[in-house]
Amino acid sequence: MMNRGYFGNFGGAFLPEILVATFDELEEAYTLVKRDPGFWQDYEQLMASYSCRPTPVTFAENLTRHFGGGRIFIKREDLNHTGAHKANNVMGQGLLVKRMGKTRVIAETGAGQHGVATATMAARFGFDCTIYMGEVDVERQRPNVFWMEQLGATVVPVTDGTRILKDAINAAFRDWVTNMDSTHYVLGTACGPHPFPEMVSWFQSIVGKEARQQLSAQEGRLPSRVYACVGGGSNAMGVFSGFFDDDVELVGVEAAGRGLDTGQHAARLCSRDASVGVAQGYKTYFLQDADGQMRETHSIAAGLDYVGVSPILADLKDKGRVRFEGATDGEVIAAVSLTMKKEGVIPALESAHAFVQAFKEAPTLSQDEILLVNQSGRGDKDIFTIADAFDDPKWKQFITQKARQYHA
Amino acid sequence: MLEPYIRSRLTEKRILLMTHIVVGYPSLDDSLEIVRTMVEAGVDLIELQIPFSEPIADGPVILKANQQALADGVTVSQCLAFGRTVAAQFAIPFLYMTYYNVLFKNGVDRFADHMRDAGLKGAIVPDLPPEEADDYLNAMGRCGLSPIFIFSPTTTEARMQAIAKVADGFVYCVARKGVTGDQTIFSRQMDEYLTGCRRATGLPLALGFGVKDRSDVKFLEGKADIAIIGTEVLRLVESQGIAALAPFLRSLQI
Repeated sequence: MMNRGYFGNFGGAFLPEILVATFDELEEAYTLVKRDPGFWQDYEQLMASYSCRPTPVTFAENLTRHFGGGRIFIKREDLNHTGAHKANNVMGQGLLVKRMGKTRVIAETGAGQHGVATATMAARFGFDCTIYMGEVDVERQRPNVFWMEQLGATVVPVTDGTRILKDAINAAFRDWVTNMDSTHYVLGTACGPHPFPEMVSWFQSIVGKEARQQLSAQEGRLPSRVYACVGGGSNAMGVFSGFFDDDVELVGVEAAGRGLDTGQHAARLCSRDASVGVAQGYKTYFLQDADGQMRETHSIAAGLDYVGVSPILADLKDKGRVRFEGATDGEVIAAVSLTMKKEGVIPALESAHAFVQAFKEAPTLSQDEILLVNQSGRGDKDIFTIADAFDDPKWKQFITQKARQYHA
Repeated sequence: MLEPYIRSRLTEKRILLMTHIVVGYPSLDDSLEIVRTMVEAGVDLIELQIPFSEPIADGPVILKANQQALADGVTVSQCLAFGRTVAAQFAIPFLYMTYYNVLFKNGVDRFADHMRDAGLKGAIVPDLPPEEADDYLNAMGRCGLSPIFIFSPTTTEARMQAIAKVADGFVYCVARKGVTGDQTIFSRQMDEYLTGCRRATGLPLALGFGVKDRSDVKFLEGKADIAIIGTEVLRLVESQGIAALAPFLRSLQI
């Protein structure tokens, strides 16, 4: 291992020996493409022709009027192909896999977005594809499982551990240690062993680059504050990276679940419940017990329901460069509802965490100031989850009738 | 000291046997009974795995045992007390096997102090490559304990030599790609791999991952110094009970 990928005290590469050579190979390939301006051009071109990039920045005029204070702008990552920022990372890694000459990709998925994005990329590039997904998530995200399978991927329900995202990551690593010669592991977020945190952030940096240019051109100024939800941290790293060198306050919003004092949340950086540890190949803040065993986490948004967090964000927290807040499940539902009614856009439950905090702070800013919210994904694809969250009686009636038809 | 013990045993046996247990699985009492049975059946070294919630290098059998032990409430301090008990009670060397977070959360220095005081001889930490191991190596060295490192078939010779510089006691040679418990083919390729390992280090070599019967152990005689039986012991305990262990372990050493 040449570069161990530390960000302050966080990161590293805590790898089983069998995988060290694979990571050396990956780092070498990544370093080469990072130095090659042609690669980034190919990447931007692919994202323009396949995934609607650049995604727009939308002025949320009605929400701005509703809250008074600063002007709210939304970066529309929901308009990516497959409906979330996940496509940025996945298509970038797909180009890298082609350069490395591998023929098979594997991925973990929580909510299913990263799985669908990976299956889409594999179909487009002609790779074999296996997606690992916790059994609990398979049950709660059936529509995404349907799409992954229709796209030609094999979906393996993971029955180990807590049967959610972190267990899917472990299962993907177990596949990789056997099949590394043919296979690349498309890790979905800015976590895991080096070079994943840095590499995934690099692909996602397209979000921040665009947003900075767009606001400068449209408004002639930068935002005062940028808000992003934080699960693993890839959409946050993406949008924040456009503003690291500016006098812009960066706000990461974690899942406070049923409340930070209930123990039922997934807040690693804004709660006292997390501590520094080493798991899944990297060092960061984890929600773990005194023995170092990972705890169960909770969020209404499956994509934020994770025990660890990007080591780069952990470092930015310690350095005070990013502020971290929490949004509860209840606040999130209210924010989704308000955003739909006021603006006609449907944020994913994950993204709505960022909206919650922006709404809290908008009234405190002056009218010439800008709040930029990263809408990392769209919510309409999560119709089952959102309908459940809204507890909509007409939806339930429809599903019951539909079930009856299948039984007939 | 681990290496002199291994060398001296090797004057009496062609190959030594190291077995593995997950502490607290199926229960702490059973773990003690399993260790006793292993020692009485002539096992030369035992790995005590402290369960961890994310054991990424382990296959399904050992993974389930980790989860079950944790679900039954087994704690790290119980595992350390168990280590102390068996090290005091039985004359063979015991090693801990666990993932780095267990040491890190406990405090690497504290963990090493415990091992020295309790009479453990070394540790195997599969997610701690030498590049990340400065604190660990200092603590182990200070306490006179052996940090066991791992060679794999994907490890280059130059890297093997670098690992050998910090390793002590013996080197754990992983037989193949994959996780614990899958099938391994004992072939010429394995001969070449072990020859490469031998070239890289003067330390004794232990071979594990997929060793399951007498013919596998016999294949390794003269090529490796220690045969490691991990998953197969767990499978046997699960399917036939602890009583089936003694005849199985004796059959490996005929």
